[in-house]
Amino acid sequence: MSPVNYVYLAALLFTIGAVGVLIRRNAIVVFMCVELMLNAANLTLVAFSRIHGNLDGQIMAFFVMVVAAAEVVVGLAIIVMLYRSRHSASVDDASLMKL
Amino acid sequence: MESLIGLLVGFPLLGAAVLLCGGKRLEKTGHWLGVVLAGASFVLGAVLFFDMLGKSADERALHQHLFSWVPVESFQADVAFQLDQLAMTFVLLITGVGTLIHIYSVGYMEHDERRRRFFGYLNLFLAAMLLLVLADNYLLLYVGWEGVGLASYLLIGFWQHKPSAAVAAKKAFLVNRVGDAGLAIAIFLMFTTFGSFAFAPVLSNATEAGEGKLTAIGLMLLLAACGKSAQVPLQSWLGDAMEGPTPVSALIHAATMVTAGVYLITRSGAIFNAAPDAQTVVVVVGAVTLLYGAIVGCAKDDIKKALAGSTMSQIGYMVLAAGLGPIGYAFAIMHLVTHGFFKAGLFLGAGSVMHGMNDEVDMRRYGGLRKYMPVTFVTFGLGYLAIIGFPGLSGFFSKDQIIEAAFAKGGTQGWILGAVTLLGAAITAYYMTRVMLMTFFGEERWRGQANEPHPHESPKSMTIPMIVLAFGSVFAGGLFKIGESFVHWLEPVTQFEHGHSPLSAPVVTGATVVTMLIGVGAAWLQYGRRPVPAEAPRGSLLTRAARRDLLQDDLNHVALVLPGEYLTRGLVYVDNKVVDGAVNGTAAAFGGLSGRTRRLQNGFVRSYAVSMFGGAAILVAATLLMRAV
Repeated sequence: MSPVNYVYLAALLFTIGAVGVLIRRNAIVVFMCVELMLNAANLTLVAFSRIHGNLDGQIMAFFVMVVAAAEVVVGLAIIVMLYRSRHSASVDDASLMKL
Repeated sequence: MESLIGLLVGFPLLGAAVLLCGGKRLEKTGHWLGVVLAGASFVLGAVLFFDMLGKSADERALHQHLFSWVPVESFQADVAFQLDQLAMTFVLLITGVGTLIHIYSVGYMEHDERRRRFFGYLNLFLAAMLLLVLADNYLLLYVGWEGVGLASYLLIGFWQHKPSAAVAAKKAFLVNRVGDAGLAIAIFLMFTTFGSFAFAPVLSNATEAGEGKLTAIGLMLLLAACGKSAQVPLQSWLGDAMEGPTPVSALIHAATMVTAGVYLITRSGAIFNAAPDAQTVVVVVGAVTLLYGAIVGCAKDDIKKALAGSTMSQIGYMVLAAGLGPIGYAFAIMHLVTHGFFKAGLFLGAGSVMHGMNDEVDMRRYGGLRKYMPVTFVTFGLGYLAIIGFPGLSGFFSKDQIIEAAFAKGGTQGWILGAVTLLGAAITAYYMTRVMLMTFFGEERWRGQANEPHPHESPKSMTIPMIVLAFGSVFAGGLFKIGESFVHWLEPVTQFEHGHSPLSAPVVTGATVVTMLIGVGAAWLQYGRRPVPAEAPRGSLLTRAARRDLLQDDLNHVALVLPGEYLTRGLVYVDNKVVDGAVNGTAAAFGGLSGRTRRLQNGFVRSYAVSMFGGAAILVAATLLMRAV
């Protein structure tokens, strides 16, 4: 199977993630979609690594995973705090900063 | 002896500092401190004078270098004094007459609660004027010049609770400022032409500079002199300056201030000698002012304003004489000194009359005062005889010589100037006789008024200075004339040439006396033989114009004030509409733009995410496009 198919799959995953971020209101789902986009990017890195035959992309994918793990911790903490203060996990309710 | 020159300025300056900073503790005795320090300056001046007399003419000039003021490589400004014969003459006049006026003020200002301050200002006036005449360079002279302007402003507006006095002080200050600008420009020109502004290098090299530059310097100096000496066209402040207390008027008109212009022209004689065009303008200004002041003096019913017109006219004589060059400088200064005596005497006399008449100044409310104020009458009368040039009194000698010198100018100019000075002498006799008759003779028009005054003689502190000045008015001219001593005294500084008059001296003298008698006779016909109406008659067109200072204020209003006002209004309009419009418009544009941009910040995370995706998509598209190209 041609490795290019992985790139198509990554594009599909990224699109699903992006659309999810844009249309869903629940912060947790939005967050999951963000993760989906990150992993789509990871998949691209790995796929291109395979296509070009060197390891740079795979090493980069590990970095992204580490950063994504850290980001999940911070992001979930924010969502928990948001839920505690506003009794809702909807991103549209968190609009206090607008004039 | 040189080291004492600075003290001449130092004494009154110390007095001013102590009196103005001393506070209420000096309220009771402060005025005597002022008198003593002015007197000390006079005594020191006299000592230096007798020391100077003992030397030969070439060694008389003394110099004192106090300190370097602005030592920059090619710009050397020093605080240094020069006491030569010309400065000496002024020092004695300023301190002598000044001291007498100080003594007089002790009585005159007795009931004024701000007397200490008044004496502080008087001392400041003396100090500034002494600095002006003792400076050995134009820059230090300028310091004194400005000091005189400041002191006159403070003194004219001394009764600042009267709006008229406050306005008069401002007017004097502003008009003087025009002249000061002239002096400043003259100093700039000197520095660019000669590389210096000290008297010695400028005046000794004057002939080497181009005539155009010298004419420019001369005209700027003349402008300065016009401001301080109240010459046409900057004379309008002098009449209003009568709002100050009378001793101030005496000081301004006799010893300080108005004499500064004549001093400046005489001191800068070398420049004027080398610039005949500037000299001609000086003579014309003098001649015009001479007639102008005399005509104004004829129409005024306010005794002080009549005397103010007279001062203008007499200073006109001096400026005219100074414009004649070496044939006139000495006579200008001689008339200045004799005028200092009799004009101070006349003003102090006028003050004494006002003192006894509840501060009334309208001569139509006077009359027959000679019985009530004998001392004032006699001293004022002697001053009167001196100013009209009654033979034998000081005004006669000094004025007669100016008239002779005017004829000696030669050619048509000489005849015109001679005729103008003779005409001026006749008008002088006319208006002074008018003042004399309206004040001391005739019916007692003050009787039966609502607030009837009780005329009385003034206290000794006021009459003694008047008596001393009367002696000066009578004898000074004669003393100066004996053996031409005054001319010889000034000759090393001002140079002297004998003018060759087309008329012989006795003829000129005879003509002077005859015109004087005509003036006196005309005044007697109008004011002596007939009773003086207590209300001013409407008068001819000329009289009405002269009452308004020959429309000078109206002219200034139309020519300067109105255009200034319109210019200001125009600028305000431009400022409001154009400048503010641009600024406010820019602000409004940014405000509106911001208001619209603000809507983008709607607080919905998802819409921000759309922007991000959109932006990223555009970036990717752009990158790909660039690649493709």
